[in-house]
Amino acid sequence: MYSSRKVGLPIVALLLAAGGGRAGAAEPGSFGYGTAATPAQIAGWDIDVRGEDGAGLPPGKGTVDRGADVYAEQCAACHGTFGEGEGRFPKLVGGVGSLRDERPEPTVGSYWPFAPTLWDYINRAMPMPAPHTLSADDVYALTAYILNLNELVPSEFVADRNSLPKVKMRNRDAFIWTDPRPDTGAKPCMQACVNGADVKVSSTAEDRNLTPRTTGPLDTMQPK
Amino acid sequence: MRPNPLRSKAVLSDPAGADVPVGRRSFLRLGAVLTGGLALGGNSAIAEPSQESPPADAPWSQSIGAGVVDRPYGRPADTEASVIRRNVPWLTATAESSVSFSPLQDLHGIITPNGLFFERHHAGRPDIDPAQHKLLIHGLVERPLLLTMKDILRFPQTTRIHFIECPANGGMNWRAAQMNSLQFSHGMVSCAEWTGVKLSTLLEETGIKKEAKWAMVEGADGAHMNRSLPLDKCLDDCLVVYAQNGEALRPEQGYPLRLVVPGWEGNVNIKWLRRIKLGEKPWHSREETSKYTDLMPDGTSRGFTWLMDAKSVVTFPCPEKPLDGAGLYEIRGLAWTGNGKVTRVDVSVDGGINWQTARLHEPVLSKALTKFTLPWRWDGRPALVASRVVDESGYVQPTIAELRKQRGSNSVYHNNSIQTWQVKSDGTVFNVQLA
Repeated sequence: MYSSRKVGLPIVALLLAAGGGRAGAAEPGSFGYGTAATPAQIAGWDIDVRGEDGAGLPPGKGTVDRGADVYAEQCAACHGTFGEGEGRFPKLVGGVGSLRDERPEPTVGSYWPFAPTLWDYINRAMPMPAPHTLSADDVYALTAYILNLNELVPSEFVADRNSLPKVKMRNRDAFIWTDPRPDTGAKPCMQACVNGADVKVSSTAEDRNLTPRTTGPLDTMQPK
Repeated sequence: MRPNPLRSKAVLSDPAGADVPVGRRSFLRLGAVLTGGLALGGNSAIAEPSQESPPADAPWSQSIGAGVVDRPYGRPADTEASVIRRNVPWLTATAESSVSFSPLQDLHGIITPNGLFFERHHAGRPDIDPAQHKLLIHGLVERPLLLTMKDILRFPQTTRIHFIECPANGGMNWRAAQMNSLQFSHGMVSCAEWTGVKLSTLLEETGIKKEAKWAMVEGADGAHMNRSLPLDKCLDDCLVVYAQNGEALRPEQGYPLRLVVPGWEGNVNIKWLRRIKLGEKPWHSREETSKYTDLMPDGTSRGFTWLMDAKSVVTFPCPEKPLDGAGLYEIRGLAWTGNGKVTRVDVSVDGGINWQTARLHEPVLSKALTKFTLPWRWDGRPALVASRVVDESGYVQPTIAELRKQRGSNSVYHNNSIQTWQVKSDGTVFNVQLA
């Protein structure tokens, strides 16, 4: 999944090395600290959902219509009535076909690769001022509504643990999950590396008026 | 602390806006300084005597100072009030999902003081009761385990020094030189001594099922921020830490417990760590799909680009610290790499035509900030000052032009390019990019 440059020794070698350095360390439970987590305790925190196949999605369901109501109440103030984003809050809709543009707009519709990730994120982090207050059904409904705003599902779509993993997201196949770096091959030249005539300032931050002050009280500057 | 009956209850407004009580004596001293024509919060409160006057005993030499525990925790000198983390108010919609930058221009070593370590929150800073905080380790393990902070403190301790850098550090300069500041162009990197327990020790204690290949790590903040990590990295060098520079983590750095993933992007160093789950596949959470992925010019995106490639920056001179006339200076800077150790830093004062190798200052530690210096006699003419790091993997820090050639300018993250500072003949310094 990732390049071998990034990781250390194989797991087996590490386990053996650790075991050799400290008596019994590789034996589970050798310290004996803490308490065994019960299934009920685990269930309370076990909220994660896997994007690729929706593993972890709970029972429940929600319609696009119900989602529109929950959205108006819980989300529209920041994300805009139709997902257009108020101020600098994230847009949820649009940008389809923009990813190669000078100003790309990555949104649920144009960028997100997996629909279950949307359920997971709403459930774990939204709404920002009152996270973890929505029911599973309402999270399904919001997911259905936002997918519908992006024309990824029809208005009669019902989101549940079976339907969400099947939603084909537009950008799903555009991700490369293997880090191709290093992708530059600079050599550390020391003398006469560039022709002096070619050394030109192409861009300067002077007079751009974007930089907050770095002395005195905190700056409150807003965009020009 | 008991009130001191010898002190009056005068209250001054400090430059940050907070009312601070001051003793009568220090009030008088401040008065003397202020009537001397110097403002609080400037670089120096020491009145320059005129050249004719003989060396005089300064006011602070003619009185007795404050006693011990006057400041039971301690704080920087009042005249250092400008040395603080700062934010870019126009950058984010809220301060709760935002970032603040470390004042690198005023730091002199490889360790970032705890109050100046950069911040990045996704749902604000929770204030956690450590007596109630727990870490759950479950999923593909032999014995799912619930650990209290007391339990975690009993495990064998490990202490290491590592940098943490937000992969968006320098992101505002991908398209063009925008931020005329060292703090705002490079201040999303900090470095600390971390103390805790190896993640491998905790996972060995739970036992790892052989199908396990990935770990999901999750915070106790309002966003339950979560990321996937390959199990190999977890067992290689990750730490579950409760201390930073010898004291308990600061709340904004994850108190009471955070993950440190040495050399990898800041976002995976989960703060307020509450849960680790082992699984067979990655989770593709929002923070590793919608965010923290690198958009390429052809419309594809790179995911799981965890490594922080080698980077360096000259911290003096810089826009905040201009030169004061021609003469001998020491160019100073910091270098770091997620690949291990910095092996060399070269410095150019002519825009990259010629380079000289700088001196690396001990200690040179793996995946930690490394300090370098190079003496420079400035002739007072315009100069283009830059640094370039080479790390132990042989990787050479690229120019912004080389990066753009590979990645365009929309990838937001992982801008580790060479920084050029333009020094004008009056000594002022600007952030520029070269053709």
